[in-house]
Amino acid sequence: MAAVAAVAALWAALQPDLAVILIGWVPYLAQGFAMNILISVAAIAIGSLIGLILGVMELAPARWIRAPAITYVHIFRNAPHLVLIFATTYAMPFEITLLGGTVAFPDWLKAVVGLAIPASAHIAEIVRGAIQSIPTAQWESAGSLGFSRLRTLRWIILPQCLRRTLPAWMNLYASIAMGSALASLVGVGELLHAATDASTAVRRTDFTIAVYLTVLVSFFAYCYPISRLTQRLERRFAV
Amino acid sequence: MTTPVPPDSRPPLVRLRDVHLSFGATEVLKGVDLDVRSGEALSIIGPSGSGKSTILRCINGLIAPQRGEIHVAGTALHQLTREADRLALRKRIGFVFQQFNLFPHLSVLENIAIAPVRILGHPRDEVERHARDLLDRVRLSGKERAYPGELSGGQQQRVAIARALAMRPELVLFDEVTSALDPETVGEVLAVIRDLIRDGLTSVLVTHEMRFAEEISDVVVFTEGGRIVAQGPPDAIFHTNDNPRVTAFITGLGNREPANTGTEGRAR
Repeated sequence: MAAVAAVAALWAALQPDLAVILIGWVPYLAQGFAMNILISVAAIAIGSLIGLILGVMELAPARWIRAPAITYVHIFRNAPHLVLIFATTYAMPFEITLLGGTVAFPDWLKAVVGLAIPASAHIAEIVRGAIQSIPTAQWESAGSLGFSRLRTLRWIILPQCLRRTLPAWMNLYASIAMGSALASLVGVGELLHAATDASTAVRRTDFTIAVYLTVLVSFFAYCYPISRLTQRLERRFAV
Repeated sequence: MTTPVPPDSRPPLVRLRDVHLSFGATEVLKGVDLDVRSGEALSIIGPSGSGKSTILRCINGLIAPQRGEIHVAGTALHQLTREADRLALRKRIGFVFQQFNLFPHLSVLENIAIAPVRILGHPRDEVERHARDLLDRVRLSGKERAYPGELSGGQQQRVAIARALAMRPELVLFDEVTSALDPETVGEVLAVIRDLIRDGLTSVLVTHEMRFAEEISDVVVFTEGGRIVAQGPPDAIFHTNDNPRVTAFITGLGNREPANTGTEGRAR
């Protein structure tokens, strides 16, 4: 990080006019980046919730609960993010009629859905693997105390899964964060889109380089801490 | 203890009749009859693979036999079809496992308190007070905040006993609870069980600790090949029995069974 800052400072010193233009664009770029954070946080949140439910469903004793979850996971786990974002953007309505009123369904929200779908399938597999990694003796032990299947999951199994899944979950989060840039391709005003706007408006090759480097550094600044934290957690839990 | 139980006209707390169970092609129980009365301590001894642990798992409904009747505390367990009914019964029966099976993510106090709080819905402060009393009883006061991984095997097993007792069970099943312990800690666990039985706990113990079984049991049952071969007061089994197999098992073993004790508890 320090090296990046040093290079940036050196460049600003050598090219003061370029730096001034770039600083002028910073609020616009920041607004775009806020959209990336919003999309990625919303996608990982929705994906985690649905993935948790799907992961539990995948291990249900009843076939009619298990089968749909397994099918969903198979279809979406390795579906390309970009394809899903295009699909949700153009296949879903721009507004939804609910109880007589209409609710807007903006493109950024469709991008959230497009990213949340593969995320939920990934998290389902992470959760399923974690549940299966808990010794069956824990189930038996909880059962002997009168815990039902769902209560055993809630109080005994899933809390033990949490620390095991954290590193994999954060990896996925970093990947979703990077994937949020794909939303620019369907016209969502996020950072990459904002950078393209700026580059088109200024029309200077050196500015174009500078502005896309800024994009790169911004994503790095967002994802690198996540990845470092993951490494630390992996070491701590020794998984 | 070894004093004879006065004749009791009440129905036994646990009653097994002609229980048959097989896992796939392997017949594990071939017609088991067993009665356990309130306040009684019954020990099941016998060679590994003779179905001892399976009998315990039938009593608390963890395994359902294919044939036969099981009555526990007034409930006809063999007639229950809903898991919820089996769970209701399990709340009243404590189970202590060979491998302790504590919940590693919870502190000692939480291990003991979680079932009364989450399953019985008892108020937390009352449950925690009871849990501290139980820790005192198993001689682990001061370990409330420790995690299972920080305790020795003997300490973990005593927490497991306290966890079972926290549900105020009418009956506690002990499944080879000292077999996974190193010899030095066996004594502390047996001492705790001895105290509980002396205080009137109804219990069924599967054990390889012959001297202990003789000392604390009201009834000793010898199983072999999925059948109960002999049963009676400890004195009759250990000293005056005329069954050559029982005598061979007891004298051949001394006080502890060597080697293969590690697999029996998970026979399933």
